[in-house]
Amino acid sequence: MKKRSLIPVIYIAFLMLPIYWLVAMSFKTTNEILAGFSLFPQSFTLENYATIFTDPTWYWGYINSIIYVSLNTVISLAVALPAAYAFSRYRFLGDKTLFFWLLTNRMAPAAVFALPFFQLYSAVELFDTHIAVALAHCLFNIPLAVWILEGFMSGVPKELDETAYVDGYSFPRFFTTIFLPSIKAGVGVAAFFCFMFSWVELLLAKTLTAVEAKPIAATMTKTASSAGYELGLLAAAGTLTIIPGAIVIYFVRNYIAKGFALGRV
Amino acid sequence: MKTQYQKAWFFVLPVLLLVAFNALIPMMTVVNYSVQETFGNNVFFWEGLRWFEELLNSDRFHAALGRQFLFTGLILLIEVPLGIIIALSMPRKGPWVPVCLVLMALPMLIPWNVVGAMWNIFTLPDIGLLGYLMNTTLGIDYDMTQSPFAAWATIITMDVWHWTSLVVLLSYAGLVSIPDAYYQAAKIDGASPFKVFRYIQLPKMKQVLTIAILLRFMDSFNIYTEVFVLTGGGPGNSTTLLSIDLVKIALGQFDLGPAAAMSLIYFAITLLVSWLFYTLMTKDDAK
Repeated sequence: MKKRSLIPVIYIAFLMLPIYWLVAMSFKTTNEILAGFSLFPQSFTLENYATIFTDPTWYWGYINSIIYVSLNTVISLAVALPAAYAFSRYRFLGDKTLFFWLLTNRMAPAAVFALPFFQLYSAVELFDTHIAVALAHCLFNIPLAVWILEGFMSGVPKELDETAYVDGYSFPRFFTTIFLPSIKAGVGVAAFFCFMFSWVELLLAKTLTAVEAKPIAATMTKTASSAGYELGLLAAAGTLTIIPGAIVIYFVRNYIAKGFALGRV
Repeated sequence: MKTQYQKAWFFVLPVLLLVAFNALIPMMTVVNYSVQETFGNNVFFWEGLRWFEELLNSDRFHAALGRQFLFTGLILLIEVPLGIIIALSMPRKGPWVPVCLVLMALPMLIPWNVVGAMWNIFTLPDIGLLGYLMNTTLGIDYDMTQSPFAAWATIITMDVWHWTSLVVLLSYAGLVSIPDAYYQAAKIDGASPFKVFRYIQLPKMKQVLTIAILLRFMDSFNIYTEVFVLTGGGPGNSTTLLSIDLVKIALGQFDLGPAAAMSLIYFAITLLVSWLFYTLMTKDDAK
């Protein structure tokens, strides 16, 4: 038993190494980084973080990312909830085809859509707005949210719906006061996944923005190429992008395994 | 049994409209480009299927496609067994379980270009932890920007680091759903650990594993940002995967026609393989 539990420990250590290196790098001065290898920061500095929190192009990148990710999560959940209910409870003309077609959008390579998206959102005059990125990310987040929610909803016995109707509940009242609370975990997990995939995606977010809604990750790419070797600053910005993920994951920690199985266990 | 109810379409309508706006219009644009030639200024000439023919006969495309399949194949071969082994060795209960799961999920929540940048910093030959260990401590010549083998080893390791946890979490979810009674019965029958795995754990994990393989296939086949940030497709063209090549053609050379034709073929391959997986999966659902 002892030997077996070593495997997860080694694995987690392997996962943490590159993260440790990023964090360590962010506390080093540029001079120290360029001078050579050091396992721990020798001249510990908060300079890199200070730059990010005082320079508007940096911290606005953060705010922009959080705005479009939140918008996307709200939109995706709002439309996916009724759709998932329909898929889990009813049979209707073309339901299976529709479900697969939704999933195909999760498979589309973002590289394929980059240019057409740029043209589409320019044409409807939404280019460089938060809502443009939020809507674009719906392409892969809505199918995923429908998939997850459908899994969780199918786990709720149909008798619950029937009893509620017999008791005289209207559909909207049943849905919001009885059904939603019973799939709370599923909603949380779906929200988590929408947040996650919108947060980590960059290709589309970068294509659809220029200045006003530019994501933090794109600001980083620019620094990496234009300012040459500001590795410390880059590492600090990278470290800060890990924090929102770590916070949201904490909230769903007890459902995370079930969530990754899309509610299907 | 589900009830037949055609009005359910109204529930699905908002999803349909939003996804159609995002999927159908850009797809039409791509189809439109794929049969035309342009020299800028919005002037287009009809080319028919020329781009498709050229592409299917081009060595460059074959090479990129080959690299893509090699990458995805290696990813699945490494991540799926590794993920299962880690999930099997996790404790089934206890205070450490949520901590382990959260730590394991962490890499998946890091923006993809940060993943690339992080591995770049990690593997720099002189000042990166891994680069330093390999070159100075172990004396192995390791430089991603020079050797294609090192570049491949690095992108594979990066993806294993990034996504193995997905397989672990899915398998683990399947494992914890097995009632204790099954294990007790196996113990009474004197089943070996391998038999327990083969006849109890594996069947229970089958469905979640299909999801894991499906997701890992789709995402590794479409991978762009991480590899692009880390290697830029180099050295030479050795890590130019399909999507990197596509972006080079579309946004680098601005050859819209060939890029669009390539997009369609690319999407068709992903779709075909995913459809096979999906059919397998829904077959299990029906049982």
